[in-house]
Amino acid sequence: MAQQEFDIRYVANLARIQLSPEEQETLGAQMNDILGYVQKLQELDVSQVDPTAHAMPVTNVTQPDEPAETMSHENALRNAPSTSNGLFLVPKIVE
Amino acid sequence: MLNQRTIQELIQQLEKKEVSSQEITQACLDRIQAAEPKLHAYLHIDPDDALAQAECADNAIAKGADFKLQPLLGIPISLKDVIAVRGQPLTCASRILETFRSPYDATVAHHLKEAGAILVGRLNMDEFAMGSSTENSAFGRTSNPWDLERIPGGSSGASAVAVAADECIASLGSDTGGSIRQPAALCGCIGFKPTYGRVSRYGLVAFASSLDQIGPFTKTVYDAATMLQVISGNDPRDSTSLRQPVPVYTKALTGDIKGVRLGLPKEFMVEGLDPEVETAVRQAVDHLQSLGAEIKEISLPHTDYAVATYYIVATAEASANLARYDGIRYGLRVEGKDPNELYTKTRGAGFGPEVKRRVILGTYVLSSGYYDAYYLRAQKVRTLIRQDFQKAFEEVDAIVTPTTPTAAFKAGEKTGDPLKMYLSDIFTISCNLAGNCGISVPCGFTSSPNLPIGLQILGPHFGEETILRIAHAYEQSTAWHKERTKVL
Repeated sequence: MAQQEFDIRYVANLARIQLSPEEQETLGAQMNDILGYVQKLQELDVSQVDPTAHAMPVTNVTQPDEPAETMSHENALRNAPSTSNGLFLVPKIVE
Repeated sequence: MLNQRTIQELIQQLEKKEVSSQEITQACLDRIQAAEPKLHAYLHIDPDDALAQAECADNAIAKGADFKLQPLLGIPISLKDVIAVRGQPLTCASRILETFRSPYDATVAHHLKEAGAILVGRLNMDEFAMGSSTENSAFGRTSNPWDLERIPGGSSGASAVAVAADECIASLGSDTGGSIRQPAALCGCIGFKPTYGRVSRYGLVAFASSLDQIGPFTKTVYDAATMLQVISGNDPRDSTSLRQPVPVYTKALTGDIKGVRLGLPKEFMVEGLDPEVETAVRQAVDHLQSLGAEIKEISLPHTDYAVATYYIVATAEASANLARYDGIRYGLRVEGKDPNELYTKTRGAGFGPEVKRRVILGTYVLSSGYYDAYYLRAQKVRTLIRQDFQKAFEEVDAIVTPTTPTAAFKAGEKTGDPLKMYLSDIFTISCNLAGNCGISVPCGFTSSPNLPIGLQILGPHFGEETILRIAHAYEQSTAWHKERTKVL
């Protein structure tokens, strides 16, 4: 497919990363270079090829559905930037 | 000097009670103190804690501990700051995790502790393992001990430096596209990437889940086999970890490679391959032939597509794995008027430029309208690359290549051009895509400046014993691995 001009602001928003105007310009240009390079994959005929998702396929890896020891509450909260009453504090989500 | 010895030598001396773990650890700490102003390999070091661990080890030895059950007892080992150790920092060389302390041990850290190792310090790296020079660290670059103006490679650059400069006896790093093998080559030590799934990824901060593997940096192949033994094995906490039993890797080091078939891929003699690197590798191949190996030219036809495939697959996986850094449960938080603004500001402030580049690229190739053209297509090319290796390993037992196209480059030389940096991974990257194992061993030096050159030996899935045997035979009949920098 033809490579379109990369919309850095749209994709940065999808990735939830705020960029300064300088970063938008630099990264946008670099993205175009990189995407231009990866176009070479279009040269190959992959119509009869299955995709590889796993380097070493292991299937049906399960464990018994039994409770076991887990991390303590205190330990889980130890690195939290903001907590209250043993819970992670987040900005208001619903008005 | 005790810090200059190998695991094998030190274990023998500890067993005979000729030295103590505290003496070895102190020697490493002294070297770290002397060398760090120039090297900057360590992000964090706690000398009191290290010596306390060493004291415990000495007590255990005095009580008659069995070195067969604890093959690393008393040996100082350092970890790349991407592998979790309870209570220790786990920054991944990123501002977004600058104050994070791990609440748990990685499985490999647990194995090292069970084996009696002394865990010393946290090693610098490219941020979130994204890079080939350790210049992408948020906390400053690490210098190559052979030339302080040059990079040590990456992303596990400091893991290679710490071993090459005798700051620790061995270290662990991680390899997603070459991040163990390449720094090992550029710093003149051994670096080993296991078959995908051989070593548990539980406690390894994820970059690209289908490519990441933890592996050792050591001064000798025997030490690499010892370390691999300790860290390998199935782990119920890593559903991608393999169930096959772990052989005794040191038993593979027979010294005999007569009749071993080695493949030289014709696609690896690329433009941009430094003539001195090519000469050193060809001489190494001749040497292997003189030891009895058969050399065959082989073809890996899709080599030219490996870098493009990797930078789609790895970045796509990274965009998913790094979504968790959102300022909520851990790490840096920059406040916002709503959750969305909190996320975008936090990640904007906390991620460095290379991380931003890769997460954004990865997001794009997975996004609606582009998924088929980029990600799905890259996964199919990945199949073709895997098949290249499978076909090659029907004809040969192992594949030999240069590890890198050039010796260590100067700091700042490639930072302006990300694509140029990516293309320097050409020899290591396809191994991760195929899930194979690989090792880099020192095979020479460039003349001026005097910089290490690495020989890469790639094996099929579960080919650890084969490549260790070849690497060991080569190493034991050459002296490259004994060279040490005179710069500091």
